[in-house]
Amino acid sequence: MTRDRRKWPLYEVFIRGKRGLNHVHVGSLHAADDRMALTHARDLYTRRNEGVSIWVVRSDAITASTPDEKDPFFAPSGDKVYRHPTFYDIPEDVPHI
Amino acid sequence: MSNVEVENDAQHHAQHHAQSGTGERRLQAHFDRTISHNQRIEPRDWMPEGYRKTLIRQIAQHAHSEIIGMQPEGEWITRAPSLRRKAILFAKVQDEAGHGLYLYSAAETLGADRADLTERLIEGRQKYSSIFNYPTLNFADVGVIGWFVDGAAICNQVPLCRSSYGPYARAMVRICKEESFHQRQGYELLMTMMRGTEAQRQMVQDAVDRWWWPSLMMFGPPDSESSHTVQSMAWRIKLHTNDELRQRFVDMTVPQAEKLGVVLPDPQLRWNNERGHHDFSTPDWSELKRVIDGDGPCNAQRMARRRAAHEEGAWVREAAGAYAAKQAAHEAGKKRQEGPAG
Amino acid sequence: MTDDHVYLSLAEGSEEGEARWAFGTGFEDPLHGVDTAVPEELDSRILAAYCLALGDDALVLAQRLAEWCTRAPELEEEVALANIGLDLLGQARLLLSRAGQAEGAGRDEDALAYFRNADAFRNVRLAELPNGDFAFSIARLLVMATWRLALFERLTESKDPVLAAVAAKGVKELTYHRDYTAQWTVRLGDGTQESHRRMQRGIEEIWPYTGELFTTAPPEREATEAGIGIDPATVREDVEATLRQVADAATLTLPVIPTLTASPRTGGGRVGKHTDALAPLLTELQSVARAHPEATW
Repeated sequence: MTRDRRKWPLYEVFIRGKRGLNHVHVGSLHAADDRMALTHARDLYTRRNEGVSIWVVRSDAITASTPDEKDPFFAPSGDKVYRHPTFYDIPEDVPHI
Repeated sequence: MSNVEVENDAQHHAQHHAQSGTGERRLQAHFDRTISHNQRIEPRDWMPEGYRKTLIRQIAQHAHSEIIGMQPEGEWITRAPSLRRKAILFAKVQDEAGHGLYLYSAAETLGADRADLTERLIEGRQKYSSIFNYPTLNFADVGVIGWFVDGAAICNQVPLCRSSYGPYARAMVRICKEESFHQRQGYELLMTMMRGTEAQRQMVQDAVDRWWWPSLMMFGPPDSESSHTVQSMAWRIKLHTNDELRQRFVDMTVPQAEKLGVVLPDPQLRWNNERGHHDFSTPDWSELKRVIDGDGPCNAQRMARRRAAHEEGAWVREAAGAYAAKQAAHEAGKKRQEGPAG
Repeated sequence: MTDDHVYLSLAEGSEEGEARWAFGTGFEDPLHGVDTAVPEELDSRILAAYCLALGDDALVLAQRLAEWCTRAPELEEEVALANIGLDLLGQARLLLSRAGQAEGAGRDEDALAYFRNADAFRNVRLAELPNGDFAFSIARLLVMATWRLALFERLTESKDPVLAAVAAKGVKELTYHRDYTAQWTVRLGDGTQESHRRMQRGIEEIWPYTGELFTTAPPEREATEAGIGIDPATVREDVEATLRQVADAATLTLPVIPTLTASPRTGGGRVGKHTDALAPLLTELQSVARAHPEATW
């Protein structure tokens, strides 16, 4: 498959808001490479605030379980991220996710 | 993932379920139960194609509105009359780019592709909010847009924080937080201007007169003419009707206008004790239709700017992609030379 | 107005970690705990002139970044360029306020920004050049950020505590601006043939204006002697080394930095000699404020 170079791949963004907390999935963005993805994540999801830790990962590099085992439609592709995965369960008390 | 692939999904989906009609009924029942228990649908859950397509359209229109909505106010960043106002406005318009990105991100969880949605926008195949097709004529417009347009957006969006689709609801929570800053800065600017010179007070009233009716139209056509409402409400991707939200906006805005000392341009506007709401005149729906159909004062200008930015940026996006590809090839070459890792 | 702010109660409240997300919260006041009175041993005329020059650089460049708004090559860059513009605008406000305070004539940041004409501005001319394409803007911003970062790192030792505090805050911002623009310089330089051509052209177009950055003009000479400021000639080597490193990675060629004499005739923006791009920039920036000189905003 030839990739259209003008289309930057999708990255998932995880942020540790402060020490003592896990990184939490906050959304996604497009970037041409890993470094750009980090830069964009800082700009978009933290708006210049210092002191947070950011992870970015290409969306197509994530392997996901199927959320619903009874779901026959997704069962055959359970080892692949089929769609953009915002599949992390986030507890209710995590802010602004 | 491109929309072509989404279409393929749908075909695959249809084939799969042609083989097992009971499977689809079971999935539909599970989906309906999730919605009726007020639980969220998440990206990898099964969902009816209509739900997916309606959501993609709704979220994309919302995202486009944020991006096009940067233009009317963005024109005033370079002219803002104090450095504090310049910083506030610059940050606000930047937030709108951020909101657009949060929303495109939510749409992508449904299998849409941002580049494709952008194409649809600049080719005029997808819409954005009609309000951004009106011009900004003086600096008070910045304040009135914050007060009316962001106020109306909050009315629309706060309920959507509880919509049935998880990524959309989560994006709305974050956006609503930031919109409340937008609305406050607008109202504060207007209060400052009303305490200023006579010319400033006239600017505020002029802006109020021009933006009031388009703001009421932002909520969409009256319920009697709104085609998608029933299904969207059943899916909980729309939680109140257009007329309910419009009424809520009017009821909220009237006391704020009194406090500000401006007159809302509607002689019929008055409190109705029996209804417990304000009565107001019917907006000119033919105007809304004209603007939506592309004949507003600034439609062509807004689209041209968006298209130009996208087209003039193509060489930049391509260069970054080419550089990334070179780097990846370089890394792969290094790994091959080093041989298998121990 | 907060007492009748009805919408807030509708939003699902969650206070924990507020500072991380929404705009405008969680920012530190860079002057917190700093004594803002001008120290007695400092010559306030010299301090005012020096802060004005550094403030004008930031204000004029922030204005150019604001012009990018809604025109960036991708939405993520829209957000990034606005961040840089906002950082510079913040630096401008602090520095112009300090200049006004040191001057002691009752002029605040807005009086200085909106009610001076082009010949009273002291920014370097590189800041005022029209934006050009993305490559030109990146080239200009890379050079400005690298240069300003080198100055600010040293200004953290300034005898003026306010200038030192502003510089300390600015160092973090400028480090980011330099990294952002260095990354883009490399991507464009080593991207496609077209981007390489544009990036090389951008560098060549801004290059005649780089000599001015390292020329010691009167406000800088006086400020350096007073322990307030930094002689820009002393950062030339560091800045040039960084730029060469970026250019090498980007497969670009850097010309030799021209030498400029700091005479009033050729001395550039620091002595009020500007290009014809500054006046129209200021006309736009000042238009609303000057149309309503009695107004408050």
